Amino acid sequence: MIDLLNQIAEKLKTKFNDGLLSAELHYDFPVFIVEKKIIVDVLTFLKDDTDTGFNFLTTLCGIHMPENKGAELGLMYQLQNMEKNQRIRIKIFMPDGETKTPSITSLWPTANWMERQEYDFFGFEFTGHPDLRRILNMDEMNYFPMRKEYPLEDSSRDDKNDKMFGR
Amino acid sequence: MDINIKPENKPEGLEGAGYFATSLDRVVGLARANSLWPLPFATSCCGIEFMATMASHYDLARFGSERLSFSPRQADLLMVMGTISKKMGPILRQVYEQMAEPKWVLSMGACASSGGIFDTYSVLQGIDRIIPVDVYIPGCPPRPEQVLDGILKIQELAKSESIRRRDTPEYKVKLAQYGIE
Repeated sequence: MIDLLNQIAEKLKTKFNDGLLSAELHYDFPVFIVEKKIIVDVLTFLKDDTDTGFNFLTTLCGIHMPENKGAELGLMYQLQNMEKNQRIRIKIFMPDGETKTPSITSLWPTANWMERQEYDFFGFEFTGHPDLRRILNMDEMNYFPMRKEYPLEDSSRDDKNDKMFGR
Repeated sequence: MDINIKPENKPEGLEGAGYFATSLDRVVGLARANSLWPLPFATSCCGIEFMATMASHYDLARFGSERLSFSPRQADLLMVMGTISKKMGPILRQVYEQMAEPKWVLSMGACASSGGIFDTYSVLQGIDRIIPVDVYIPGCPPRPEQVLDGILKIQELAKSESIRRRDTPEYKVKLAQYGIE
């Protein structure tokens, strides 16, 4: 895996210079952190370049780490090279309140529903998304439940006596 | 061959040689109670337990409910079995509203009755927040015997209620609480 990491890191560095912020091996997974503004270019490059050929978007998920000041919110794109059976992850980070992110639905149509889910749970606003609305939660929901400032428990319960719950 | 069949108890009434007189309410109640058509609204593991209840070993058909209705318009009893998410809530309510009177609702298991272990933003904390419930069955999931007991409780209700339950003031008040016409 370290070979794959070095190979991809080399390519990204040549192409994007300072756009690549870090390249690390997490267990046996090459993880690259890149600048948010070049994410579409990076993914297009990784998809179209014949050497890399990461032609499949496996998953896309949001990250919220409130303790990372200035980079509280993040997105992780997991790519797969079907031919060589290689997997990598690309991450971007952004401060809370700057949740506008370019959509990658033009690269992979499957990103449509994935981006709707990340909008639903974290509130990322994907610019260029054809139909950005909630997908799993009910439409009336007025907050983004996976953000850590919101409690997991249902807020509509009024039968909870703190004494009974040992609090 | 000695077959042990226990006939249904006669309702209260006047009896004499060659006749038996009782009120229409009681006769209709008896007929309704022993021919309930349940609509299984099964969303999770309680639904699996219900399958066992319907199958040969426990055999709900013994109590006159062998005919499941998958159309709410033909059902008498709405059996809600499993976790109901908040997004599912309006659909459950619509199914309830489509049922014709007389109708009863049975809430099976911890999730349908109270949200169960899913005390979370996406799960409805008990179906009685959106539709009136007649009988609750506790358990996670309840055993088939408990489901049978719950159905028998519904039968008791069907037997003892007035023939036009929807005209009773209590029923109207109850439905008004839920905003159902």
